[in-house]
Amino acid sequence: MEQLTWTGSLGTFLNPALAVAAAAFAVMAVLQVVLSLVVPAARGSTSRGLPGLAGLAVRVLFGLLVALCLAYLVGGVVMPYGKAGIVGAISKRFLPVWIALIVVFALSITFKRRLGLYGKLFDSNIGMIGFGLVMFWVFTGLFVALFGWIATHDPLAQISGLKNKLPGVPVPGAPENGLWPHYLLGGDNLARDVFSRMVHGSWEVIQIAPLATLFAFMVGITLGVPAGYYGKRLDTVLSFLANLILAFPVILLFYLLVTPEIVLTGIPSYMAAVLFIFPLVFFGVLLNSRYRTDPARRNILLALVLGAMGWVYLSLISQPGTVFAFMPAWLDLFDIPGGILVVFVSVVFVNAPTVFRIVRSLSLELATRDYVAAAQTRGETGWYIMLWEMLPNARGPLIVDFCLRIGYTTILLGTLGFFGLGLPPESPDWGSTINAGRKLLSIYPHPALPPALALLSLVLGLNLLADGLREESLKD
Amino acid sequence: MLAFLLRRSFTMVLTAICLTFIVFVLTNLAPNLEKVAKSEAGSRITDVEVASWLEKNGYAQPILIRYGEWLGVWPGWTRTDDQGRVTGRCIEQGADPAAAPRRCGVLQGDWGHSTVFKEDVSSIVSTRLWQTAKLMLWVMIVMVPSALLIGVVAGMKEGSRLDRPLSTISILTTATPEYVSGVVFIGIFASSAVGLKWFNGSATSAMDDMTFVNFTLPVMTVALYGMGYIARMTRASMTEVMTAQYIRTARLKGVSFSNIVIRHALRNALIAPFTVIMLQFPWLLNGVVIVESLFNYKGFGWTLVQAAGNNDIELLLGVSVVSVVVVLTTQLISDIGYVFLNPRIRIS
Repeated sequence: MEQLTWTGSLGTFLNPALAVAAAAFAVMAVLQVVLSLVVPAARGSTSRGLPGLAGLAVRVLFGLLVALCLAYLVGGVVMPYGKAGIVGAISKRFLPVWIALIVVFALSITFKRRLGLYGKLFDSNIGMIGFGLVMFWVFTGLFVALFGWIATHDPLAQISGLKNKLPGVPVPGAPENGLWPHYLLGGDNLARDVFSRMVHGSWEVIQIAPLATLFAFMVGITLGVPAGYYGKRLDTVLSFLANLILAFPVILLFYLLVTPEIVLTGIPSYMAAVLFIFPLVFFGVLLNSRYRTDPARRNILLALVLGAMGWVYLSLISQPGTVFAFMPAWLDLFDIPGGILVVFVSVVFVNAPTVFRIVRSLSLELATRDYVAAAQTRGETGWYIMLWEMLPNARGPLIVDFCLRIGYTTILLGTLGFFGLGLPPESPDWGSTINAGRKLLSIYPHPALPPALALLSLVLGLNLLADGLREESLKD
Repeated sequence: MLAFLLRRSFTMVLTAICLTFIVFVLTNLAPNLEKVAKSEAGSRITDVEVASWLEKNGYAQPILIRYGEWLGVWPGWTRTDDQGRVTGRCIEQGADPAAAPRRCGVLQGDWGHSTVFKEDVSSIVSTRLWQTAKLMLWVMIVMVPSALLIGVVAGMKEGSRLDRPLSTISILTTATPEYVSGVVFIGIFASSAVGLKWFNGSATSAMDDMTFVNFTLPVMTVALYGMGYIARMTRASMTEVMTAQYIRTARLKGVSFSNIVIRHALRNALIAPFTVIMLQFPWLLNGVVIVESLFNYKGFGWTLVQAAGNNDIELLLGVSVVSVVVVLTTQLISDIGYVFLNPRIRIS
């Protein structure tokens, strides 16, 4: 097999076309901005005159650009392997993701009127782009981890002779050994496939980031709503503690929490035991306050929910080789590798105070509403008012912040990997890969750039999604 | 106002004490101390020898007393060995024990000795902090005006032709952490293989001789991440002000648009970004650590990484104290500034 070029035979006519379209678009976009400053826009007539023409040209050219980019991707899927270059081959590997995305978008747009806030997302362009980016990485992560699709090589396998080789390099003796014929995005400094490591990295993020954010929200809500509702001493103490953690520079905290010495003393295990109990407390109080008047039903519900969650909780914190190793193996549902647990705990720990502050200020405001006073006169308990009257009314800002915070958690995970903390050094997560690639960055930038751009696109997607959700939830 | 200041300062001091105590405990855990003993007295010593070394060097006392000694409020330990020689925390090697001060800690200006750099912590911290201050100064010079400009221009006409691209740019920069933008910048501007080779990928030479070539990329990298956030806050604040009643009145009076923006709206719109900029300092500290490691600029953040990575307890403590104090001071300034700038807020 010969070396792949970036665009293959597709590029012969698509590359010049793309260059011309991009140049024209840039010129027109600048022109449009200049015109909008020079020509005073008459009220309500933005579509007429010179500025109107420029605006139309920008829109047409932008459409053309998008169409050309799509042509590369579609061409890659349709044409035989290798003819459409690296871009085409990558596009072909992502075929399951494209299909899944098209199905999700088609279904969601068809039924968007019946889907509540999620459906409204498809009324805003920003929201749709963000959702698309996020789902792209979610599907990639799932397909890589569950079915082994998309990735072309084992992310840990080293093939001699491919160290730091440029994108599109052929793998020696690939057909005989049943290997994929190329390293699509080149090899890294240990001769591993950059492309496969990048797509495997998405699973690491999707595994940890949303779940860690969820736990941070559980902690923040369980402590923040009472702090805002009751105020006084409780609020003072909790706010002081939250500010204490927030005044720590995050990286210092990570260095203090995620070193092998600290792991030896078992502090992360104790923190896990404390932090992971909050979902149990939350759901216990939630159900108890709702069904307090119907003890028979409440007891069954509580026993079921708390029993199941308690079992998961105990298997979560019980790890062989740490301070909590009390559960026999047949009862222990799963074990989390030590490194991931430490990373998880520290990310939750860093995020929880910020969530606490947001929830607290939201509930401070909600506590003054009339329906709260009505519930108080009705004689409802404090927890019922907090969790069943106030919390549902705070859901809009909380959902938006949840999306933003997943992005922030992704950045934090990358930071941990970048400093080589927590996760094992051969782990394919994006931060570790960037860290490994940065040493030779000025000579071989190709191993570090793909994970960097992947992380950027995922966080950008989450930010855009949050923006779209905020816009749509403000409309009503 | 005075009561407010006093209360805030009291909280600040309490926070600082709590934070330094936490750092002290976390850096002085048993495994860390064992590592120190082994690196000072030989890596093959037995557990008994480790214990006796710790005992001899004052590490075996209760943690609260040791924290007090480090802080300088508790008298430093002294110890008389079998030959009658007196050693102690505050007694220099070979110095006269009688002349040594009773207390020596952070409050007395004695920050301890770094095991990595073989130097006094206070001198390391002050030189490194100066390097970082230069970086921060340039970051602020680049970041604050451009962020405010983007925010004000985008926010003065919501949904205008300029608003959309500028808002998109600010979202993009908030989604780009320093280690991503740094890597991308080096790939584009500094890489010797494919890049433009405009700037240096390393800023080591910028420590003594700062030039456009070797200092642009680190400054840009730190500034970019914070810029989007400040710009978005400014935009939100600006759009809110532009819909206010008094702006409408001014327009109806026939005041020109540029006059409204500059004379009437800007002042009120910049109150919120001020607090945001002050609160950005902790995040900048974060970015500084990443950028200094990435560009090999030996400043404060780089020192933090070295201290933490090499188990240099006293240096790490010194670095933590400085960063905690920086964060808390900026919080205090932001609170006070907010009250000064916004006459509607009255502190009871």
